[in-house]
Amino acid sequence: MTKALVRARAILRTGLDDRGLTRIETMRSDPPLTLRQTAPGEIHLVSTGAGPLGGDHLRLDIEVAEGTSLTVRSIASTLVLPGTGRSLMEIHVDVASGATLVFAPEPTVLAAGCDHRMTTTIALAPDASLFWREEIVFGRHGERPGRCHSRFDATVGGRPLLRQEFVVGDPESDGSPAVFGTARCVGSTLITTETPADEPKSDPREAEVAEGVAVLPLAGPGTLVSALAADAVELRARLSWGESRVSIQADSPARATVGLRPPASRFP
Amino acid sequence: MDGTAAGGPAVNGAAPGMPPTHGLAGLLLLADSRLPAGGHAHSGGAEEACRTGAISGPEDLARFLRGRLATAGRVAAALAWSACVAAHDPKFPDMRRPNSHNTAPDGHAHAADAATAWRLLDAEADARIASPAQRLASRTQGRLLVRTAKRVWPSTALGTLAGAVPDGAHHPIALGAAAQAAGCTPAQAAMAAAYTSVTGAATAAVRLLGLDPVTVHRVLAELPLADLTDSVIAEQHDWSALPAHAAPALDLLAEQHLRTEVRLFVS
Repeated sequence: MTKALVRARAILRTGLDDRGLTRIETMRSDPPLTLRQTAPGEIHLVSTGAGPLGGDHLRLDIEVAEGTSLTVRSIASTLVLPGTGRSLMEIHVDVASGATLVFAPEPTVLAAGCDHRMTTTIALAPDASLFWREEIVFGRHGERPGRCHSRFDATVGGRPLLRQEFVVGDPESDGSPAVFGTARCVGSTLITTETPADEPKSDPREAEVAEGVAVLPLAGPGTLVSALAADAVELRARLSWGESRVSIQADSPARATVGLRPPASRFP
Repeated sequence: MDGTAAGGPAVNGAAPGMPPTHGLAGLLLLADSRLPAGGHAHSGGAEEACRTGAISGPEDLARFLRGRLATAGRVAAALAWSACVAAHDPKFPDMRRPNSHNTAPDGHAHAADAATAWRLLDAEADARIASPAQRLASRTQGRLLVRTAKRVWPSTALGTLAGAVPDGAHHPIALGAAAQAAGCTPAQAAMAAAYTSVTGAATAAVRLLGLDPVTVHRVLAELPLADLTDSVIAEQHDWSALPAHAAPALDLLAEQHLRTEVRLFVS
């Protein structure tokens, strides 16, 4: 029996209410992408169907309006399964001036035999604030993953901030000590920071590195926490450590929403 | 301007009417490790990988180099190709630019536009290198290459690039501009970038681990350099859509390496 290929497009938009608080302006679910409001300004993605399966095309659009804050999480990890052809998950994001988006779903798990494509395009206004975590797990326990190609593009005021692609399941790079080494998961968190131009030259942002994780100040106004790990639990722990080291503004809603502690002194 | 057939032989190299040796002398000089541009001081993460035991023999090295080529090498080849196309194009920078206004390509306005375009391509490289240690290594090598190439092959494009990015353009961009100055095609520039993305690391591993140089050269010979270069050229993207393959392990190695006390190589 062949399953009908799924085409789904979910939309999420915020706006300001008359008290100046964030309200969810549009919340269009499209199964299997189902959205549930769990708190003011907080949405959970609830998967109401298996997959994505090969051949499915899923799309999520997020628009965070000027001066609003939105947090997007998910109830469970996403299990990418094989099917008829390639599956696609595309996310388009627009974060307006003075707006904050925290996107921290559970990991994407690449089951054996899957053929998955993920694209994320994020357009940030110059003073928008972003916390974006992405975790990819190479197969369920003891399983070799299928193929996945992800591309992430973030721009600030039209200028490129971060562009990165990951290819999993490619014989050229699998197991390469230059790419993922012996890791079974890869993750990264992009956190916007103040514009480097505003910082005194004498105080360059320092990179930090620990076992399997690096905190990497980008050339533009952001910092990337990049981690490799043996399993999803270790990956989250490494990313969380890195996230806690990033000095985002103390009053940033992003800090409060993700429960970031102020970083310990950078120069102990 | 997209560098396809309309770009003509100077752009594509395949070259009806071009002598078969077109660009090759420049390519050999540029890719030669004896080019005095400081490339020998960089191991591309191989020194740290050897120190931590991630590379301990020819098999590990082969996997390291394949992964390096498929990620950093692919990105470098695409950037070098784009830079060389730009340097070749007499209408540059009226290409691949949002809101490009069609001012006549002459005079100061043109030079200023060209500088802006070089900075834009350089920013695209920045956005593809998350690690500050790797950005520094790339800019250091780019600055030295432009300085050397300007004396060896004086050209307008190299002068504009040096003025536009005084701290040093990223290495693949410098390589693309230098390749044009040296008479190379964009395809040759891409090949040189792919080649230098793996040869420095391979030589470093030979020196650090005392590997058999012939075995390591065989590893290099078996790398899919031509396939990679061909696929990069076939894609022919806008700058924003150029390949952006990340290598998280290289990022970690580069940052750890900076913090390692005893180092033979700069990166």
